[in-house]
Amino acid sequence: MGAAPPDRPDLTAIAAGGLDLLMPMHVRIGSHGRILGCGPTIAKLHQGHGFLDRPALEVMDVRRPSGVEDLRDLRRLVGRRLYLKLAALPGLTLRGIAVPMPGGGLLLNLSFGIDLIEAVRDCGLTDADFAPTDLAVELLYVVEAKSAVMHELRGLNLRLQGAKSMAEEQALTDTLTGLRNRRALETILRRLVEGRQGFALMHMDLDYFKAVNDTLGHAAGDHVLRVVAQILTDETRANDTVARVGGDEFVLVMPGLADAALATQIAARIIARLSLPIPFEGSICRIAASAGFTLSDSYAQPEAETMLNDADQALYAAKRAGRACVQQYLPPELPAEAPREPQTSRRKRGPSAGPAG
Amino acid sequence: MHGLMNRSIQCFLRDTYGAATWAAVARQAQLGFENFEAMLSYDDALTDAVLEAAVQVLGRARDTVLEDLGIYLVSHPERQGLRRLLRFGGVGYADFLHSLEDLPGRIRLALPEVEAPHLVLEDHSSSEYSVLCHAGLAGAGHVVVGILRAMADDYGALTLVEYQGVAPDGAERIAITLADDDFAEGRRFDLAMQVTP
Repeated sequence: MGAAPPDRPDLTAIAAGGLDLLMPMHVRIGSHGRILGCGPTIAKLHQGHGFLDRPALEVMDVRRPSGVEDLRDLRRLVGRRLYLKLAALPGLTLRGIAVPMPGGGLLLNLSFGIDLIEAVRDCGLTDADFAPTDLAVELLYVVEAKSAVMHELRGLNLRLQGAKSMAEEQALTDTLTGLRNRRALETILRRLVEGRQGFALMHMDLDYFKAVNDTLGHAAGDHVLRVVAQILTDETRANDTVARVGGDEFVLVMPGLADAALATQIAARIIARLSLPIPFEGSICRIAASAGFTLSDSYAQPEAETMLNDADQALYAAKRAGRACVQQYLPPELPAEAPREPQTSRRKRGPSAGPAG
Repeated sequence: MHGLMNRSIQCFLRDTYGAATWAAVARQAQLGFENFEAMLSYDDALTDAVLEAAVQVLGRARDTVLEDLGIYLVSHPERQGLRRLLRFGGVGYADFLHSLEDLPGRIRLALPEVEAPHLVLEDHSSSEYSVLCHAGLAGAGHVVVGILRAMADDYGALTLVEYQGVAPDGAERIAITLADDDFAEGRRFDLAMQVTP
């Protein structure tokens, strides 16, 4: 741009309409330091606030570079990026750049910078308030589009989390029999122990199961296990837990059961049913079962680990006593209180029973 | 096909014709699942299978189903997203038409993996336009027709939008006559999104 002819009228006066279109956020400051005029968007921001003719550094505060006290300071910052606040919008930091105008004034162009979204929301701006070359609206678009995508992703994450919980739930199940597995059992025991709820814990183990597997094959063995699972489920209540914890080992947890006679009776009924022949593809599978149980009431402070161990001891005592038996574990320190008959075919006392497993 | 497209078709069928109809379409298409996830990708064949199933279950022509999908995407009260994103295109309908070519770029900004239809705008005069649509999905031009019609209502513009068929190169041609850019009061559009919790 060459030197303007000296007789040319004030550039900004002629071009104000053009400046409004090009830079709707410009501010014109006279050589006296007062606001001469501004673009339509700045005017919109100042509706209800005095702006024209006021000292520029009264209606705006140049935050950085610091030390701007008067127009002379501002003139020294021509071409630098300015961070400033408008008195009318104290919450927003605007960006700006100043260039000198003929006659000693300054032309300042502003933008919202990173506070754009707040500015648009707080001031009710529309796309007509931005120059067609301004990418402000595109920024709003991107923010909105990304928010929508994030919203979708959050939803997807929640659904995946749900699916994961379901998968974990399934992992608590023994796939062959549909019974709970050891992991589920541990969770349930922990809950009962922590909840100080009384319960019976029964360990049950199949006799002759290996023979079925060996003579009739694994398909027959699997069938037997499913039948056993069905019987165990049938013979227990809905809120009891039946878990398969090994090849042919099962654990029953019966909340609220504190009566040894009743527990024995349940075990005896199960054992009786398990002794019935199980037909499989023209053959007959014969198994039996033994059981050992313990009651949480027998412990001052029941612990899952201990109780599992004790039920296990009782089971092996039952096996030694002859197959198809049930035994209750009785802690050694308990006095021989009135024996509750008929409790077991043979009574076992303490974990002295020796070689378990 | 990006899940967003499939999910849109699902929501359109569900919101317009009911959950039972969507379930019937999903069965007919042998999806093997109940819901598309908007943020996952699916085999293109699934999209065609769903559309074909919708055509059979609804007993309506594929073109009509696709156009209704376009209208739904912009005008259903539950779905503000696409409408808002399109309204960022301009202050008036003519501005919006001129911004159509930006659309694939805009979509890429949000979701780089989406294959948006390629759109070319020809302005024959200030009131006569053509849109050429190249897309992976056969008949996608009908969705565009639905969107253009619904956006005209949104802006309050009086237009005639006409599907003109498929060119030898596979582009679908749509003719738009803009009779009046300011015919009726359009729907309100605030640049700043409502803050969602």
